[in-house]
Amino acid sequence: MTAGDGPLLEVRSVSRRFGVVAALDRIDLTLQPGERVLLLGRNGAGKTTLLRLAATLLRPTTGTLRHFGREARGDEGAAVRGRLGYLPHGSLLYDDLSVAGNLRFHAALHGLADVRGRVQRALEETGLSGRAGDPAGTLSRGLQQRLSAARAFLHRPDLLLLDEPFTGLDAPGVLLLQGLLRERLGTAGACLLATHDIPSSWPLVTRVVALAAGRIVLDRKADGLAPADLQALPGAAS
Amino acid sequence: MLQRLPLPLAAIALPLALREAFLAAPAEQKMGVVQRIFYFHVPSAMMAFLGVGLCAVLSALYLWRRDRRYDIAAEAAAELGVLFCTIVLVTGPLWARPVWGVYWTGEVRLTSTLILWLLFVGYLLLRGQAGGDRDATARFAAIVAIVGALDVPIIYKSVEWWRGLHPKVLKISGGGGLDPAMARSLLVCSIAFLLLFAALYVERLRLGRLTEEVASLEQQTARLENAEGSPA
Amino acid sequence: MIGVARGSLAVAAKDLRAEMASPAQAMSLFVFALLVVVVFHFAFDLTAAEFTALGPGVLWVAILFTGILALDRGFRVEREGGRIDGLRLAPMPRSALYFGKVLSTWTIMTAVEIVLVPIAAILFNHPLGGWALRLLPVLLLNTLGFAAVGCLFACITTQTRRGDLLLPVLLFPAAVPIALAAVRATGHVLAGRPLDRFAHWLTLSAAYDLIFLAAAVLLFDHALDD
Repeated sequence: MTAGDGPLLEVRSVSRRFGVVAALDRIDLTLQPGERVLLLGRNGAGKTTLLRLAATLLRPTTGTLRHFGREARGDEGAAVRGRLGYLPHGSLLYDDLSVAGNLRFHAALHGLADVRGRVQRALEETGLSGRAGDPAGTLSRGLQQRLSAARAFLHRPDLLLLDEPFTGLDAPGVLLLQGLLRERLGTAGACLLATHDIPSSWPLVTRVVALAAGRIVLDRKADGLAPADLQALPGAAS
Repeated sequence: MLQRLPLPLAAIALPLALREAFLAAPAEQKMGVVQRIFYFHVPSAMMAFLGVGLCAVLSALYLWRRDRRYDIAAEAAAELGVLFCTIVLVTGPLWARPVWGVYWTGEVRLTSTLILWLLFVGYLLLRGQAGGDRDATARFAAIVAIVGALDVPIIYKSVEWWRGLHPKVLKISGGGGLDPAMARSLLVCSIAFLLLFAALYVERLRLGRLTEEVASLEQQTARLENAEGSPA
Repeated sequence: MIGVARGSLAVAAKDLRAEMASPAQAMSLFVFALLVVVVFHFAFDLTAAEFTALGPGVLWVAILFTGILALDRGFRVEREGGRIDGLRLAPMPRSALYFGKVLSTWTIMTAVEIVLVPIAAILFNHPLGGWALRLLPVLLLNTLGFAAVGCLFACITTQTRRGDLLLPVLLFPAAVPIALAAVRATGHVLAGRPLDRFAHWLTLSAAYDLIFLAAAVLLFDHALDD
């Protein structure tokens, strides 16, 4: 992982419209190395849209986004995409491929070396070694979520974008993911984590950002805040 | 100002064209009166190509610039292209039946024009079905238009080879080319059709822009309503 | 970061592995193709003598219809579960995704064709022979052209409402040169004529392939979500 080269993500005055609806309205957000941001907001507040914009899957209607100091346009964006990790709602898994096969495909797309070793370690870290040969479609929701996480982190991204990552995970699964995040992010990585599950994410979080109707209504460090304070905020646990 | 010109000019030119085709042009040796459809059939084909070509160029410009105006112009051009293509496909059999005894001669150019028609009707269907996201619709339609236009010469070539010959439908007077008087009539009719195309195009563009304005006003209204309803 | 070649191969390999993991799906494509041929067999009461004349048309109708199904499936798979995002996030040029899909579609269709042609010949009592091998370039060149335009269009139609009907409506007219070239060339091969009699058709197919592969590389980016 590279040492801090300046902000990992800069969102400047970004708006995103879908037809008539403005999902995001003039968002300003900067992520420095080491920051772990908890993104709060009600359903429809714009969390997923912001994550997808940060993942370069959407283009802003107005405003600019910069990753690691550059704009990720088209093919030049390939270098940027190699350092991003995105864990969305959908599983991104191929049901017909095996558990290991899905990871191997991801490794191939990222041109990773030592595929076998990496995949093996990833399976061990997420407790999936026993199911390595099974088709991904036969896994339970919770195990699929673990596999999705293993996939998202396989290429050791510097910037992690997570959309409800704890959904479907049992208690051991939650602990597993927390540990994985801590270890992967280290001191130089950053993440943007959108969730309603505050208790699970709280141990990791350094900063809290809340969205309401497409605008940022809160942006402060987590020091001095307790999870209970957040319940009162718009968008918590709804 | 320039926009207002085609309509009155077309209004003058079209009756002139009719006169040209039915009265001024010389009678054809073998086919009789029905041959005069030629003076509408051929210019329609030219306008169909113009519409298709224009659509492709505007589509490429849209993909490059992402300016909604190019998209509106491309759609208008495609509609006119399909319209004139339809005229070609209707006048073709109308001409063929009395003269050659069959509706569809399987003639090279007519067959290829049918394929072209199918392609761009498909384009219009795509636009019609795409639903809410207008930017996506515009992108997809632009791609189809460009592929279609690139395909046109290849389609014509392949159908030509398929039939194995080049029936010279234009060489009616049997010699090396068109009778000069007929050529002149054809020219008059072509110019008239070009003016008709221009007049229709201008109107269709205007309609497109107005529709766009309405949609954008609706957006603005909705946004204001949303803003009023949300917490400060 | 990886380049176009590696990316395409990775995508194609994934498609083929998934296909082989559920052989029932792969078989259903072949069965469909065979059914089309059988329907023609009954509908027109074709005999061996006519296979040389009408066989090419029957074969290519079956192939193109099956191709539509393969194309639609190939992209619909990526629509589900947002898997296309995984592909769009890969640090590779976007054209790698396109070429990968063309490669896997081409391979799957060719696999169906290689089995279909001899079986169709047997069904019509047409003697098998060296012509089957000589048919291979015709199959490969024309299938490639169909896949090239087909993948571009399928990417679009799988994002459109009721797009499954739109794919054949758009693709069949666009693929007319391929259909004509394929049928003519196949006919010449079946009749045992020398290559120089129909080389121009192969040239047409090759030109079509090049033109539309090149065009698709430029256009494909605009066909993906934004």
